Amino acid sequence: MSETPASLRRLAAQDPRDRGGPAQPMLIVQGLRKYFPIRAGLLNRRVAEVKAVDDVSFFVMKGETLGIVGESGCGKSTLARLLMHLTPKDEGAVILDGEAVGGAGGVPLDGLRRSLQMVFQDSSSSLNPRLPIEQSIAYGPRVQGARPKAARARARALMEKVGLNPTLFGPRYPHEMSGGQKQRVNIARALSLDPRLLILDEAVSALDKSVEAQVLNLLSDLKKQFNLTYIFISHDLHVVRYISDRVMVMYLGQVVEIGPSESIYEAPKHPYTRALLACRLTMDPRERVDAAPLAGDPPSPVRPPPGCRFHTRCAFAEDVCKRVAPRLDGALELSAESHLAACHMDKAGSGHSRAMH
Amino acid sequence: MWLYAGRRMLMTIPILIGVSIICFALVKIAPGDPVQNLLSPTASAADAARLRAAYGLDKPVVLQYLIWIGHVCVGDLGMSISDKTPVAGEVFEALGHTLVIAVISVSIALALSLIFGVIGAYRAGAVSDRAVTAMAVFGISVPPFWLAVVLVIFFSVNLGWLPATGMGPNGSEAFSYFRWSDFKYAVMPIFALALPPLGIMTRTTRSSMAEILNQDFILTLRAKGLSEAQVIRHALVNIMPQALAMFGLQLGYLIGGSVLVETVFTWPGTGYLLNKAVLTRDIPLLQGTILVLAAVFVIINLAVDLLQSLIDPRLQRS
Amino acid sequence: MANVFAGSSVAATAPKPVVQSRGYWASVWRRMRYDYVTLFCLALILIIALLAILAPEVAPMDPYKSSMAHRLKPIGYPGHWLGTDEQGRDMLSRLIYGGRVSLAMGVVPVALATLIGGLFGVTAGYFGGRVNMAIMRFMDIFFAFPSVLLAVAISGSLGGGVVNQLLTLTIVLIPPLCRVAETAASQVRTMDFVDAARSTGASTLSIVFSHVLINVLSPILVYASTLVSVSIILASGLSFLGLGVSPPTADWGLMLSTLRQSIYVRPLVSAIPGVAILVTSVAFNLLSDGLRQAMDVRQ
Repeated sequence: MSETPASLRRLAAQDPRDRGGPAQPMLIVQGLRKYFPIRAGLLNRRVAEVKAVDDVSFFVMKGETLGIVGESGCGKSTLARLLMHLTPKDEGAVILDGEAVGGAGGVPLDGLRRSLQMVFQDSSSSLNPRLPIEQSIAYGPRVQGARPKAARARARALMEKVGLNPTLFGPRYPHEMSGGQKQRVNIARALSLDPRLLILDEAVSALDKSVEAQVLNLLSDLKKQFNLTYIFISHDLHVVRYISDRVMVMYLGQVVEIGPSESIYEAPKHPYTRALLACRLTMDPRERVDAAPLAGDPPSPVRPPPGCRFHTRCAFAEDVCKRVAPRLDGALELSAESHLAACHMDKAGSGHSRAMH
Repeated sequence: MWLYAGRRMLMTIPILIGVSIICFALVKIAPGDPVQNLLSPTASAADAARLRAAYGLDKPVVLQYLIWIGHVCVGDLGMSISDKTPVAGEVFEALGHTLVIAVISVSIALALSLIFGVIGAYRAGAVSDRAVTAMAVFGISVPPFWLAVVLVIFFSVNLGWLPATGMGPNGSEAFSYFRWSDFKYAVMPIFALALPPLGIMTRTTRSSMAEILNQDFILTLRAKGLSEAQVIRHALVNIMPQALAMFGLQLGYLIGGSVLVETVFTWPGTGYLLNKAVLTRDIPLLQGTILVLAAVFVIINLAVDLLQSLIDPRLQRS
Repeated sequence: MANVFAGSSVAATAPKPVVQSRGYWASVWRRMRYDYVTLFCLALILIIALLAILAPEVAPMDPYKSSMAHRLKPIGYPGHWLGTDEQGRDMLSRLIYGGRVSLAMGVVPVALATLIGGLFGVTAGYFGGRVNMAIMRFMDIFFAFPSVLLAVAISGSLGGGVVNQLLTLTIVLIPPLCRVAETAASQVRTMDFVDAARSTGASTLSIVFSHVLINVLSPILVYASTLVSVSIILASGLSFLGLGVSPPTADWGLMLSTLRQSIYVRPLVSAIPGVAILVTSVAFNLLSDGLRQAMDVRQ
């Protein structure tokens, strides 16, 4: 990542599709919320809710890569689907390059489709098993009005760009390809509509390490070539550090920390982030740990703990943590370089004994 | 568990209501004016109108339905036009006669299908397996009424061993399982009814057994030193829920679908009654018979569901 | 074509693909090619169908010509290879003509029910939620009737005749096909590639046609093929009860019914129509079994 965030932003802003200028964030998310109802009982009534995504706010600058990390069940994948509008949101606003999505006068969903695309996790279900991959890639352009021949040509060009020989791979079916090749196809498919922002949901998680490295390099090449902005969701901390400019940490549906990746990895502020980073295994036998830094399972998202949701597993939990939920102040107001944490220890005057006064 | 049972029973009510609506509607969509069939050709329009009013046919359709349903709920299914007897009595008496052969049929079919299924699964691919499969395919492909006719040809016409029609020399009232002179009338109907369920159940038990025998826990049992017979017993216990479900379903199908076989053998069951009602266009009898048979089927399905969920709570469908 | 590869050295020297990519249907055919039982049944069905279609050319005699002098002649009687029925009509000819009705009663209702039931099922499976509940609860009411009962009930109400019989059978077959289609469609709906298609902004219709249908087609078709023999037997059963075509039309079920009185006189001839039903039914059952085996394997 030799380019500075600022220079990347300038690069992205010279894009003819750009509307808001270099300082305008590519994506602003305000107060996003999604609760899934749980139905039970004789009449199938709504008895409880899974608070999958709860009041999430952040922004993504043009040309940068925002990494989102967290344990299973923290809401990262739900967040991705909410942004893509594949799942309807309960509350919140999504603002793309300065224009609100949906609602009166905003960007219509169709416009969103062309700017925002997703690369799915490589599983057996991400590609239609009955379509040759050329057709899978060409589907998007066809839907948007391209003629079959033009769509095919675009598919073949994209296959070249991701490193797959179009003649060799075009007529192949997904079951005839390896995991890494399928992921390249997924990437090509996501790029087929010429998007500006790409969400990568666990895009390399299912690949072997060597293949993973190749795909990550491909992703950074493509980012420069196509002026892309990335949101990279993963549970793998090493990969996220390698590829991200900024990192956002999620826990139980909420954002607990956000900031430049070096800052997060070198000086994590939130106890959860610290514990997560301490969980990374190293190759050095002298750095062995005896006790797991993070014990137990996360509590159920149906009945999250009161106050700070992490207090049940936090080594520094105090009375104020059980009563008052810390907020991530300034998530939308402050600049991209700021490093914020939703923790009472980080806020002056919060009542926590370790907070700065 | 009780919550599931309660919910399942609650869900049955709208289905029963839907069934009754269809029973009612079926008769209503029948072409031809039912009143005309009852009148002599010289009847006047006034007579027709009076008859119509007497049967309540001049009221709006929804009201007719509600009146009918009201009667049904107290057990009054109307009067049979051809027999001049209460439908309810006729139907339930006939149901008893059908049960006489249906229950035995399905029980025999179940027992045999388990045996054949085990044989087929053990000797997969060998001659005996092919024989089992062939017999199963035959069972599901043979038209039961034709099989009945062939049985009659063979056993009654040619050999004279078994009687061709009826339910015993003393009539249906005095039928007893234990007297051969009565029971021999039931032999061929039972056989003809048993073959299709035998075919279906054999195929299912064979494939289920083959699947189970491939699982790892069977290997564990053998490694523990159990005899093959004991291993088979363990495997059978696993299929029991499915087998019971099939038993219930096939019983329901037989009760509802015995019309063809009973017609051939003139066995006075609900199927025979259904046929008679269709031929004589006896509307109350037709309605009553269909309603009772469908209701029996729904109740059997409910019982099977509850029994299955009792045995294996994973099977509770929401 | 050339422009796309200009300047790409890899493509310029690309070897011819070594592995010929196999489509799904090609692989199905490949597996079925060695299944001799299934192929035999397929051939048998084609022969029966051919005989039925070409009945006027193939049948030795007029199936409606009755002759009281030649009533109930046995098998092998000179001029009437399969004997004659109770009205002196040639059995062989009536058998061939009867195949028309019976095959039609097997295939047409299944085809119609597949279209209609498939449409409802895929809709219910894809959209889920209230739409699914509404459609499937409605179908559940029909599932409350055993098929024979439902067929007799509908047929008994509508009356006899070819059209009514077709209608009855179609109605009876729609609920099971709808259920199979719904299961398949709702399974496909959970796959990521459907979401990927949705995120291109495609209309629901486009997604269903381009992505969902090709994936649900095989389970639906396999199930439909098992229903053909069911339909044939149901149809002949209805005819047997007098609820199908009316005499003197040749129909296997109807023939069995009218020949019933003659079983004491000429038992073998009376049983012949049933043999035809049995053979056709077995052929369709084995064919659908073979089809299921060929289609079930994942590539």
